[in-house]
Amino acid sequence: MPLSDDGAALRLKDDDDVAVALRDLSAGSTVVFGGESPVVVAGAILTGHKFAVRPIAGGALIRKYGQVIGRAVGPIVIGEHVHVHNVEGTRGRGDLPLNALGLTGP
Amino acid sequence: MSGRTFMGYRRANGTVGVRNHVVVLPSVMCANHVVDLIGRKVPDVITIGHPTGCSQVGADFEQTKRTMAGFAANPNVAAVLIVGLGCETNESKALAEEIAARGQRVEVIGIQEQGGTNATIARGIEIAQELLREAAAHERTECPVDALIVGTECGGSDGFSGITANPALGYCSDRVVAEGGTVILAEVPELVGAEHLLAERASAPVAAKLYEMIERVEARARAMHVDMRYGNPTQGNIAGGLTTIEEKSLGAAYKGGSTALREVVEYAERPREHGLVVMDTPGQDIEQLTGMIAGGAQVVVFTTGRGTPTGSPIAPVIKVATNTTMFERMRENMDVNAGTIVDGSRTLEQVGDEIFDWIIEAANGREPAAEALGFRDFAINRIGPSF
Repeated sequence: MPLSDDGAALRLKDDDDVAVALRDLSAGSTVVFGGESPVVVAGAILTGHKFAVRPIAGGALIRKYGQVIGRAVGPIVIGEHVHVHNVEGTRGRGDLPLNALGLTGP
Repeated sequence: MSGRTFMGYRRANGTVGVRNHVVVLPSVMCANHVVDLIGRKVPDVITIGHPTGCSQVGADFEQTKRTMAGFAANPNVAAVLIVGLGCETNESKALAEEIAARGQRVEVIGIQEQGGTNATIARGIEIAQELLREAAAHERTECPVDALIVGTECGGSDGFSGITANPALGYCSDRVVAEGGTVILAEVPELVGAEHLLAERASAPVAAKLYEMIERVEARARAMHVDMRYGNPTQGNIAGGLTTIEEKSLGAAYKGGSTALREVVEYAERPREHGLVVMDTPGQDIEQLTGMIAGGAQVVVFTTGRGTPTGSPIAPVIKVATNTTMFERMRENMDVNAGTIVDGSRTLEQVGDEIFDWIIEAANGREPAAEALGFRDFAINRIGPSF
């Protein structure tokens, strides 16, 4: 479970698209995971919230814990806050027809 | 395997209690006031109030009755007095028979039969005092951990729940299972998106039943044409960093640990298997708590990120904070600080061991915060309308 060099953020699985802030991060602060390129946090990230550690295309599935946690509603840049404003759930979506999510029925 | 034991109350039906309560339970809401007044005169009994028991039909009524019977027959209860009105759907004598069939000591009185409020209170006081005298004769003896059913729950989750408290509780759950005990993982709406991880550790029939329960949740969302988000995850979960139900579920599922899923049971249904069991409860904290205890859980471990004080009238509920900030702000409501895992001062395994030790100590009689503060939260999950 990679912890950032200064212990300020945690990426739960190596191939996750997001990391979790373990303390409040101010805009412009830099997070480094091992020998990887530094991630510059685009805006303030509150503790417990997520930011992108790689660019995410609009409509792409987003992974945390190595598992799908939702879908990007538009492109998300590296370092950007990843939350309800730019991610939709793909489950429990009774507001949408099943095929709108590209999922098959039960 | 350490072969840990605790000092519990062995009941005549073979179950083991960790408390020795006498409960006064109304079969219907019309008896709440009488039950309350009996409790004021006999403060050593546990009184329960609820808004159910009449004008209910079908599966909804069956679930309400099963919950009351299971709760009254929980091994933490030495004896129960049922107080009915006389004309309710949930007939008090039939309820008492169901409780007796589970091997529980039970008495029953009715307000109409007794001739009114004060006569019922007077008779109720006499019976309650007699049941307390009987219960006082029960003694604790050494019991193995395989007699324990541990309920797990998370409420007021945040972005740390799936990183600290829930994985630590999962480590503890694996220890309980290794010693032959039973662990209940519940709140099925909060398994939506994580069900595949549990199903791959289950036999085909158990996996099929789990998928059926998950589908019931999503079918309800479709019937209402709603997105679950903001109902679950809630506004507070979202403020704490959780974005979707899938993300919340993946963190919540850690509570059950890593052992095979042995059984899937309905709300308030007692597990037949030992090991890890899923119970179909809503994510609503009090209804979940009541359902697991009605299913026989003697101890509950409850993780919380935002800070949830809830507790049961009859079972110790151990609170595990996901983060140090909340643990310190709500110190009187918390028992274990899993925030120390990200602070770097303790490992996940060390926190898991502390939770396990807390379960044993609570089983021996130590009161966690919610019990010491006197919480008596009780709510039955309704699955149909009142008629």
